Amino acid sequence: MVEALLDIRDLKTWFATEDGLVRAVDGVDLRINRSETVGVVGESGCGKTVTARSVLKLIDMPPGRFAGGQILWQGRDLIPLQAAEMDKIRSKEIAIVFQEPMTSLNPVYTVGDQIAEVLREHEKLTRRQAIERAVEMLALVNIPNPKMRVHDYPHQFSGGMRQRVMIAMALSCRPKLLIADEPTTALDVTIQAQILELMQEMKEKFGMAIMLITHAMGVVAETCQRVVVMYAGKVVEEAPVEALFGDPRHPYTQGLIRSIPRVDRAAVHKERLEAIPGTVPSLLTPPPGCRFAQRCRFAKDVCTQAIPPLKEVSAGHFVRCVL
Amino acid sequence: MPGSTPASLSAEAPAVPAAAAAAKKPRFSPGLEAWRRFRRHKLAVASAVILLGMILAVAFGPLVWRVPINEIDFAAKLEGPTLAHPFGTDDLGQDVLARLLYGGRISLSVGLCAMLVAAFVGVLVGALAGMSRGTVDAILMWLADLFLSLPQLPLLLLVIYLFRDALKSAFGPEGGVFIMIVIVIGGLRWMPVARLVRAQILSLREKEFVEAARALGASKMRQVVRHILPNALGPVIVAGTIDVAAAIIAESTLSFLGLGFPPDIPTWGRVLFDAKDYLDIAPHWAMFPGAAIFLAVLSINFIGDGLRDALDPRRVL
Repeated sequence: MVEALLDIRDLKTWFATEDGLVRAVDGVDLRINRSETVGVVGESGCGKTVTARSVLKLIDMPPGRFAGGQILWQGRDLIPLQAAEMDKIRSKEIAIVFQEPMTSLNPVYTVGDQIAEVLREHEKLTRRQAIERAVEMLALVNIPNPKMRVHDYPHQFSGGMRQRVMIAMALSCRPKLLIADEPTTALDVTIQAQILELMQEMKEKFGMAIMLITHAMGVVAETCQRVVVMYAGKVVEEAPVEALFGDPRHPYTQGLIRSIPRVDRAAVHKERLEAIPGTVPSLLTPPPGCRFAQRCRFAKDVCTQAIPPLKEVSAGHFVRCVL
Repeated sequence: MPGSTPASLSAEAPAVPAAAAAAKKPRFSPGLEAWRRFRRHKLAVASAVILLGMILAVAFGPLVWRVPINEIDFAAKLEGPTLAHPFGTDDLGQDVLARLLYGGRISLSVGLCAMLVAAFVGVLVGALAGMSRGTVDAILMWLADLFLSLPQLPLLLLVIYLFRDALKSAFGPEGGVFIMIVIVIGGLRWMPVARLVRAQILSLREKEFVEAARALGASKMRQVVRHILPNALGPVIVAGTIDVAAAIIAESTLSFLGLGFPPDIPTWGRVLFDAKDYLDIAPHWAMFPGAAIFLAVLSINFIGDGLRDALDPRRVL
């Protein structure tokens, strides 16, 4: 097997709160190969974002801490790295795009200055060169009239445009992995499609890998090669995208797929959208056994006794379920 | 603002004439933009003109108005404004205008320097406290509270009695007192700035753009200096301008108590307090230095307001 670009092994990120220890990420394994798009899906609060931030070590410590596991970046563990070494990896090797394009840009600098800052920091360009590169990057992400817009402030851009700027900024140092943390959640549907298309285009151009965090199954089906389904801080299913949608094994994944809104059915057959009953269990006191058991319609006694192991049902398709 | 118009959004299509026109509009550098916004603030511009006039007057006035500041002429004592003495004379027949021009140098520079000291210490302490949560933050804020709760006047007196002679011998009588007063006033006024900066940092450090900067490899220092502090500048500028006023007034108080500059240096506060016993017979004597302090303080405050607005690019005026 070729060496993975990013190999997260048994990662545990816990937070000490006043109520006790929150095991937000509790033993997650995740591999991303070169030039691969991996989707990470799951409900709010299942640990997707914490996993992503752990990779870049953006978790505030305290209250957070790594309770175990490794984050292997091209074979090198990131967890013990010092802040200065981590700064070199950020954006040059791994870049991230956040959910909120409206607030992710500094309001007091022009977008050109902000893109240029990254370039000057990491590639030691002069100001003039950096601004030129910023113009190129803006053109690349389809900002009209980049020569003029490079001198504009973030408040002069719309939400979709700002997300483009964020992507331009993230890609300006040609990272090998782009982590997109719900990049389209705050945008309207047509803009969402444009941004996804843009990311796909950039991926092909630069040959980078993408870790796409989302709760929109439709987005996953469209863009990803492999999908990891997370539930309550654990990976419950991992499969190539065709296998996941064609043959979902875990009851939670099945529920997720059934709860995708279908415009045609809702309008024509007046069908009500199916939802998974119940909510994510508290991560303060996770139930013993399968964490999905309380909400699972197939739950048996054995489910509540021990956490089922991740087993391979077909090539590359792993499920954490006794069924 | 050029570029923010809908025309420039579609400026890629050169067929649209409006877009072509927008593309030709000259771009302004951020500095020019700020200057343009500052000019829109009429009161601030007027204040800047007044303050500049006062600074020029105290800098070059004594070269033009060559009446000596300490020429005693009892024949002309407590005279109202005349051609020979436009601002009148004091109880020793000394020319008030000449004294104000000379003393203004010290009053204004004490005010500005003390503000710089207070703002510098305040920003430093506030930034340090805001960025390092936990023990360091607690200790620094405890220190600020301590300074805030100290009675300022007795402390001033104590510091002055302890260090005046040492500073005087090191920097000369005027330089020594100047340094001491700047440090004492600045050192006692950093707390509001520190608390302001800390509060701003606590809210700004959680903003997504700071996290984005962190994710893009900005060091902690860079996050603070480049991304957080510029966003916290507005309130600091306003606090700073209030500090200038407070410093000018504090210097007046010290001079009044005979602890500031020697009596032969007529700072504005000194002149004002000398005049207070003659308010009923020679009101002009107190009015001119009072007006000078009033104008300086007021115009600095308005300039602060204007600067705050001009330096905030989100404001489109």
